[in-house]
Amino acid sequence: MDKSDISSLTVRDLDLFIEDRQILKNINLVIPNNKITCIVGPSGCGKSTLLKTLNRLIDDTDGVRYSGEILIGGKNILAASGPDLIELRRHIGLVPQRPCPLPMSIYENVAYGCRIHGLCKNKKQMNEVVENYLTEVGLWEEVKDRLNSPAGKLSIGQQQRLCLARSLAVRPEFILADEATSALDPVSSKIIEDLFVKLKEKYTIIMVTHTLRQALRIADHAAFIYFGEIVESGDAVKVFKNPEKDLTRKYLAGVFS
Amino acid sequence: MKTVMYISVFLVLVFVVTIIWTIFSKGLGSISWNMISKVPGPDFNTSDDGGFLNAIVGSLLVVVPATVISLIISIPVVFYITLYRKRTDKLSYIARLAYDVLYGIPSIVYGAFAFTVMVYIGMRASLLGGIVVTTFLMVPMLIRSGDEIAKTIPDEIHEATYSLGATKYETMKVIFRQALPGMATATLLAIGKAIGDAAGVMFTAGFSDAIPKSLSQPTATLPLAIFNWVTMPDPFPDRAYSAALVLTVIVLILSIGGRYISNRFSKNNL
Ligand SMILES: Nc1ncnc2c1ncn2[C@@H]1O[C@H](COP(=O)(O)OP(=O)(O)OP(=O)(O)O)[C@@H](O)[C@H]1O
Ligand SMILES: [Mg+2]
Repeated sequence: MDKSDISSLTVRDLDLFIEDRQILKNINLVIPNNKITCIVGPSGCGKSTLLKTLNRLIDDTDGVRYSGEILIGGKNILAASGPDLIELRRHIGLVPQRPCPLPMSIYENVAYGCRIHGLCKNKKQMNEVVENYLTEVGLWEEVKDRLNSPAGKLSIGQQQRLCLARSLAVRPEFILADEATSALDPVSSKIIEDLFVKLKEKYTIIMVTHTLRQALRIADHAAFIYFGEIVESGDAVKVFKNPEKDLTRKYLAGVFS
Repeated sequence: MKTVMYISVFLVLVFVVTIIWTIFSKGLGSISWNMISKVPGPDFNTSDDGGFLNAIVGSLLVVVPATVISLIISIPVVFYITLYRKRTDKLSYIARLAYDVLYGIPSIVYGAFAFTVMVYIGMRASLLGGIVVTTFLMVPMLIRSGDEIAKTIPDEIHEATYSLGATKYETMKVIFRQALPGMATATLLAIGKAIGDAAGVMFTAGFSDAIPKSLSQPTATLPLAIFNWVTMPDPFPDRAYSAALVLTVIVLILSIGGRYISNRFSKNNL
């Protein structure tokens, strides 16, 4: 797939049910390129579900059913299967809530994606990729002397950056982050936040956060979800500072959390 | 409450120390190179003619293939009931129920059952019979620990590999890697239990003074050898203690090895 193919992400008429309970209702959303889109909303409103639908991890959930379209570059993610699905997933990186290093060395964690997709021709190229992406997330200086030690030995904040480097190494266009900083200390959170701001030049970032301050600091675009429905979406400043809907205003004022 | 806990811990320690001390002191006092390097000679039952190499080798010949076969059987089962699990899936529910029941069945019942089947199909007590029963003994232990280990593997691992564009097979490899140290420990502990089990092999493997040359020949095993020497009209306590020492050392090595592996890896990985 050509990179220019995958230029924007559009969600159209998405309905999603788990065990006959409707979790997402008629979601329509356009995610602008090279921007940070923040998805906010009260607990249980369907933010994680939406994110997991974007890369079809939701398929692993029992009794899930969905309809509608999620288009990237003219391809419908929801209709993809087999090798197509795998290829599509590669274009959408994921930074989890709790960092999850694979049971291998720091080096192998970053190299993993390249290995399974055969992106690197030789050892030298692989070394470059590893150094490159570890540098990109600001981890290289910290770990360059212990690349072969197990990734589980890093601190939680370092692990999260490692996960980010691992995702970037398969050259995605999109990065999904589900409360990616909620398990981290303030300093590590700040580092990840700053990274996202830096990375948006090259990637389109979609993040879920519970910290409205964080959303205010870094979001360009925002969507507010309430009980599985998009109440309001658009420019972040507008949504956060000058919302159109009452519900959004109430949420921002902390009426419900 | 604290006192009760102390007393319990103390009691357990006393048991362990007494057993180990008895086996080691009596075993070391009576063991000789002859005993562990020779098979029984013609006058074994009246003098020091030969040793019990037949039982040592016999035990290994039963347990090693049984371990391999049980791993081949249990690993796919564990993968099925965990990775392909659907909470509503009937088959994995039944599989779980089945191995829990199997796990609870005492080895003597396995032995007796296998013996009945063997009589029915006209098979004699043999190495093969011993291997089969020991496999039956080990499979539920391995599946059970495998299932427990799989539960400790975070869902995020599947999410991480899938989102990197890994296939189901590639994901399974990573999960296998994550489970390996735990599985190795569980296997060593299962071997330890299986090698010391007398009841299962009592009817099925028989006994022989020679090292078996084929699967259809009967074979001696360490626990049965100990049982025989202690219950004979003219008992051989020296031999029993020496064999007990050999068995204990094997089991100790396996359990310490198991602990070592799991400690090492649990510190390293996650
Ligand atoms: N596997 C599942 N089975 C059944 N219901 C589920 C499942 N996963 C999520 N749900 C339901 O879907 C709804 C949305 O859940 P989701 O995790 O997307 O919320 P969220 O907005 O991410 O919440 P939080 O902010 O607490 O993370 C919830 O009501 C939840 O109970
Ligand atoms: Mg969530």
